[in-house]
Amino acid sequence: MLKLKEYKNIFSMGVFKDNPIFRQILGICSALAVTNLMLNSFVMGLGLIFVTSFSSLTVSIIRQYTPRHIRMMVQTLIISAYVIIVDIVLKAYYPTISEALGPYVGLIITNCIIMGRCESYAQNNPPLPAFMDGVASGVGYTMILLIIAFFRELLGFGSLFGYQVLGGWWPRWIFMIMPPGAFFMLAIVIWVANTLSAKSEEDQLQVPATAKAGGVE
Amino acid sequence: MTVHPFVILFASIFTSNMILSNFLGMCSFIAVSKEIRTSLGLGQAVIFVTTGTTIINFLVYHYILMPLGLEYLRFIVFIITIAAFVQLVEMIVERYMPTLYYSLGIFLPLITVNCAILGVSLFMVIRSYSFIQSVVFGFGSGLGWALAIVAMAGIRQRLKNSPIPKGLQGPGITLIITGLMALAFIGFSGIVKIQ
Repeated sequence: MLKLKEYKNIFSMGVFKDNPIFRQILGICSALAVTNLMLNSFVMGLGLIFVTSFSSLTVSIIRQYTPRHIRMMVQTLIISAYVIIVDIVLKAYYPTISEALGPYVGLIITNCIIMGRCESYAQNNPPLPAFMDGVASGVGYTMILLIIAFFRELLGFGSLFGYQVLGGWWPRWIFMIMPPGAFFMLAIVIWVANTLSAKSEEDQLQVPATAKAGGVE
Repeated sequence: MTVHPFVILFASIFTSNMILSNFLGMCSFIAVSKEIRTSLGLGQAVIFVTTGTTIINFLVYHYILMPLGLEYLRFIVFIITIAAFVQLVEMIVERYMPTLYYSLGIFLPLITVNCAILGVSLFMVIRSYSFIQSVVFGFGSGLGWALAIVAMAGIRQRLKNSPIPKGLQGPGITLIITGLMALAFIGFSGIVKIQ
């Protein structure tokens, strides 16, 4: 059994250090398409967390019985099965959201994040950590989605989760809801994230350097 | 829906461009758009595969899944069709057109996970196109995708000597350029409209 600390480690890796969107530029198709409204992004994020975690779990459970050369096909089939579950549930209980998300629910299958986690982590690790790793990646993805959607919905519609926040005095930036707004917003998020992480890496590099210098003296 | 095929062709290339207005196929769009030659290769492969898979998926959906009432299985079936089609094309091209095979080479397997391909098939189902409409839509979407990636590669080649802020280098600046391209393509949007 893994200790709590290691779970924490998996989580911080998935959510911050190795965040699928701004560190690895994976799965941005859907990140751009559904972020015009926060509610859509939230539902999409939940769907993705469900699919990543359970497909990682399944891949990990059957990893010893899967022949290596057909593993991609097996992974794709496992992922599709979970995506179908998400699609059916959405259609049954939230038909309006299902309609708004349109083909993007199905496109979770080709979201590289899931395949990437299955291939790089679940394939070589026991089920429970693999499950947690899937959850962490999904949470990291959802977080970015919500950040982008927050700005797009606030500036574009003046609302959050459908509730009007900014009054009539706010000139709605229709531009933010249209595709170019999504591209610019994601670029800005990546820019901020890169600058912040570059700074923290510099700090980390500096600390051992000074410690060493002290040791020599 | 009775939209003229020509309208669909025009719309899928310009006004509803797969990348610039539907955000599909972004992963490979950013990864492979560094050189004009390679992006041209990938573009060709995408045109070919979208057209082929849309035709097959149309037939499978309307003549196998619909009569059996298995529409909910379409994700799995479509992805299998795409994977199988790509594999088949790879074998045929390797056997009969070795020069083309070497120029497309690594791109063919990559295409299986390109969301644009699956996206085109899903859009086809959602908008309930007829056969001719689907074929034209598949071809047009592929062409639009290729157009965008080649244009992007052309711009990116010029970027090498530009002073870009450090945090924005690579994917960041690519996204901003894509945004500008999308803005330019919005200029077409008054002409025709599908959904």
